[in-house]
Amino acid sequence: MNTKRRVFLKGTLAAGAVGVAVGAGVLTPSTVLAAWPEAAFQAKDVNSALKAAMGSDAMTGGDITIRAPDIAENGAVVPITIETGIAGVSSIALIVAAANTPFTSSYELGEGAIGMVSTRIKMGQTSDIIAVVKAGGKLHSAKKEVKVTIGGCGG
Amino acid sequence: MSTIRVRAQIADGVTTVRALMSHPMETGQRKDSKTGQLVPAHFIKEVTAEVNGKRVMTANWGPAISRNPYLSFQFKGAKAGDTLNMTWTDNQGKSDTAEVKVG
Repeated sequence: MNTKRRVFLKGTLAAGAVGVAVGAGVLTPSTVLAAWPEAAFQAKDVNSALKAAMGSDAMTGGDITIRAPDIAENGAVVPITIETGIAGVSSIALIVAAANTPFTSSYELGEGAIGMVSTRIKMGQTSDIIAVVKAGGKLHSAKKEVKVTIGGCGG
Repeated sequence: MSTIRVRAQIADGVTTVRALMSHPMETGQRKDSKTGQLVPAHFIKEVTAEVNGKRVMTANWGPAISRNPYLSFQFKGAKAGDTLNMTWTDNQGKSDTAEVKVG
């Protein structure tokens, strides 16, 4: 484990910050290969974030459940769980519609994955949470509003 | 000590992974209350999970993920006793790995 980490760090230093994802990919051959979608994280609106991350912004509904609090008292820690019954899910994106940069995170799932991810995000204000699921090259989405009483993006 | 606490529990062929990482997840927009200077961005960009060397999940994260991040996901195809590796890499090029047995 330790030697692997040394090798990884060396690779990282050699390739520089941009090469981190690539370096990791080269050193650990895998079925899920994806570079960090920088354009999506910088996008200022939902549609351009989706185009950058998922290749399209054309979405249909589907069997997607977002589990999140209706009212988040502390915007610094908002637990979000996305579950989907859609078969063959390849990736899931989590978007906060009202944020300056709406794209929070995406999850590339390997073979045998079950359509479920759970994490905790920061929210500065009340917003719709949008879950986008990519399966068989098509995008499906669902949304849920979370009311935030104390924002968690400032100091 | 590893900055990652990870568990992989298997039930009915489905492995549930739960992980907690300790990381500041600075957005780069917060000001230090004493100096008034912006705290530089410092957040995990990528979290990967591999079972027996095969990638099962890659998370691309931005600064909107909460401090000391939590991540959970599920997959099929692992057996009790398999080794799950979880690695994070942040925007400053730091990384850490944890290893856990599925069971």
